[in-house]
Amino acid sequence: MINQLFSAATLIGIIASGIRLATPYLYATIGETFGQRSGLLNLGVDGIMLMGAYAAFFTTFKTGSPVLGLLAAITIGGIMGLSMAFISITLKAEQGISGIGVYLFGLGMSNLLFRKMLGTVETVSGFSSIHFPFLSDIPVIGPIFFNHNLLVYGAFVLVPISWFVLNKTTLGLKIRAAGENPEAADSLGVSVERVRYFAETLGGVLAGVAGASLSIALLNVFQQNLTNGIGFIAVALVYFGRWRMMGALAGSMLFSTVNALQLWMQVLGVPIPPDFAVMMPYVLTILVLAFTAGRVRAPAALSKPFERGD
Amino acid sequence: MSRQSKHSKVGPLLGTLMPLFATLIALLIGAVMLLALDANPIEAYSAMISGAFGNPNAMADTVVRATPLLFVGLGICIAFRGGVVNIGGEGQLIAGAVAATIVALSLSQWPSSAIIPLCLVAGFLAGGIWGGIAGALKAYLNVNETLSTIMLNMIAVQGMNFLLRGPLMDPIQVEQGSFIPQTARFARTTDLPRLVPTRLHAGAGLAVILAILVYIFLWRTVIGYRIRAVGLNPHASRAAGIQVERHIVLALLLSGALAGLGGATQVLGLHHRMFTDGSAQGFTGGAGFNGIVAALFGKLHPLGTIPASLLFGALLVGANHMQRAVQVPSDFITALNGLVVVFVVGSEIWSRRQARRRELLPDTGYPPDVRHPPDAARPDLKTEART
Repeated sequence: MINQLFSAATLIGIIASGIRLATPYLYATIGETFGQRSGLLNLGVDGIMLMGAYAAFFTTFKTGSPVLGLLAAITIGGIMGLSMAFISITLKAEQGISGIGVYLFGLGMSNLLFRKMLGTVETVSGFSSIHFPFLSDIPVIGPIFFNHNLLVYGAFVLVPISWFVLNKTTLGLKIRAAGENPEAADSLGVSVERVRYFAETLGGVLAGVAGASLSIALLNVFQQNLTNGIGFIAVALVYFGRWRMMGALAGSMLFSTVNALQLWMQVLGVPIPPDFAVMMPYVLTILVLAFTAGRVRAPAALSKPFERGD
Repeated sequence: MSRQSKHSKVGPLLGTLMPLFATLIALLIGAVMLLALDANPIEAYSAMISGAFGNPNAMADTVVRATPLLFVGLGICIAFRGGVVNIGGEGQLIAGAVAATIVALSLSQWPSSAIIPLCLVAGFLAGGIWGGIAGALKAYLNVNETLSTIMLNMIAVQGMNFLLRGPLMDPIQVEQGSFIPQTARFARTTDLPRLVPTRLHAGAGLAVILAILVYIFLWRTVIGYRIRAVGLNPHASRAAGIQVERHIVLALLLSGALAGLGGATQVLGLHHRMFTDGSAQGFTGGAGFNGIVAALFGKLHPLGTIPASLLFGALLVGANHMQRAVQVPSDFITALNGLVVVFVVGSEIWSRRQARRRELLPDTGYPPDVRHPPDAARPDLKTEART
């Protein structure tokens, strides 16, 4: 069995599913990274993901169009991100707690709508894998890189784009300034509040897309608590990735690959209790945080409301 | 908190009324949601009230449902007063319940007077270890406790699933081949005393006694004072010779221990066995999260957390009744609880403004965040840009 685990076919399978499974983590982690770099902690990601997942699924189920489903998830995610921004920025609420509120709302609401409007677990045909001429047929490389759906590629394309936006544009500079030294940013004429509103809404949109990637691209179902805590993992991955986009990529890939390994081990019947296998990524996250946390510093103004000129 | 009352009588009153007002608004939004779901809000809410308070049995169920919230909430009071966040109530409840289960199953021949205290101590210790891990990670390795407690929740669930699907599974389930992941019913000697014929068990009384003890601990003992001092200002505390790290660990350890004790009373008083549906909520019913809500509602005061837990216990019990009466899924209450949290923490801006107008300290109601020392070096944006 162990030999089977290291056979070429299995390794290709593990890497390919690692890439696929990284999708929701990537969207959510990138979104949360934007938010945290602007100085906002959003613990409600999982709730927003659930609402996004439901909106995408329901729309796709009714219209048959995953594109419309994705738009629905973007809309709902944006609205929830905006609400979270209003609570954190305008009302200056304690962010760790209001995030739990948003999570509970998303958890309850998505399942309420699911039970009221669908009732049973249905499936949809969501985004299907793209077949690239030639490329998809190359052995090894084909199945690993060229046999995924649009949202998977979107997630990976988003990484360099986000890196560029955050580090090389004026907007990115404003976001970082709002998170590191809001007083200085304010004195230079940057509207800290507006920048944070933008970053948090963007984070909400990406969390919505992360949810949609589960319900209409990877699993094509919706059920109670579909995300099963992925949104919370995404928050952890932001710390893990040291608030950098490339770190978010590394963290998401590591997490999803361990997850894929764990799934394949169950499929192949490796004699490790499945519960321990499922536990692995979480233990790994704690260990990595323990070994790296001492050497990194969060954005200085993270989770601190900005009070103008006292 | 006496500081406030010395200066004004309106401030604290407003502080108490604000959460109630915020709840009212959340309930109004809930009414709109109910209308959208084709349910009559008045009918739904009255079904909720009668479900929670309609008869002695309903009232007993409300108290039973409030009990784990109070245990978790008391722990939250200690943690948050100590300046640490504890989102790990779910995992700590589970750790405590599993430990109590192991003791109850392995010492089934022992008399009640010995086995019940042992089970409770086991739950207390296991929850304490589960919270203490997060505390030590934060104090000595600078691991954010919000994240570690969330991860520890996930780990506890999988540990519980493993034990209940394997070593702890009811032998009868194995024999019959049905393999339902639950333990055998514990020996009757482990049952907590109960107010027959209701389901009200002694765990509720224990929680109330503990609420008083936690109050005394936090405000009348040196260690409690130090925990609060660390929560209010870790730097000043360090300068004053308090070992900050040790008190951070202690705050999370005690916080987890109380939740663990809550888990133990759940299995001894209510279920008399441990079971899982694979998720945390299957066993805890979300008490780990709702307990946080209750503690916040109680203004992070152990005695305030008692009525707050009862309120949320009533909401949860009432929701089940409402589900039957007007066919609205009980998830409605989870969503409503979320709204309540958001509105309550959102409304605090007005209490704070009130406080500032009276030239008091800008007391946010929460201890300042220990993660962000005010003297943190300002980063160089240019070096950040290059990476």
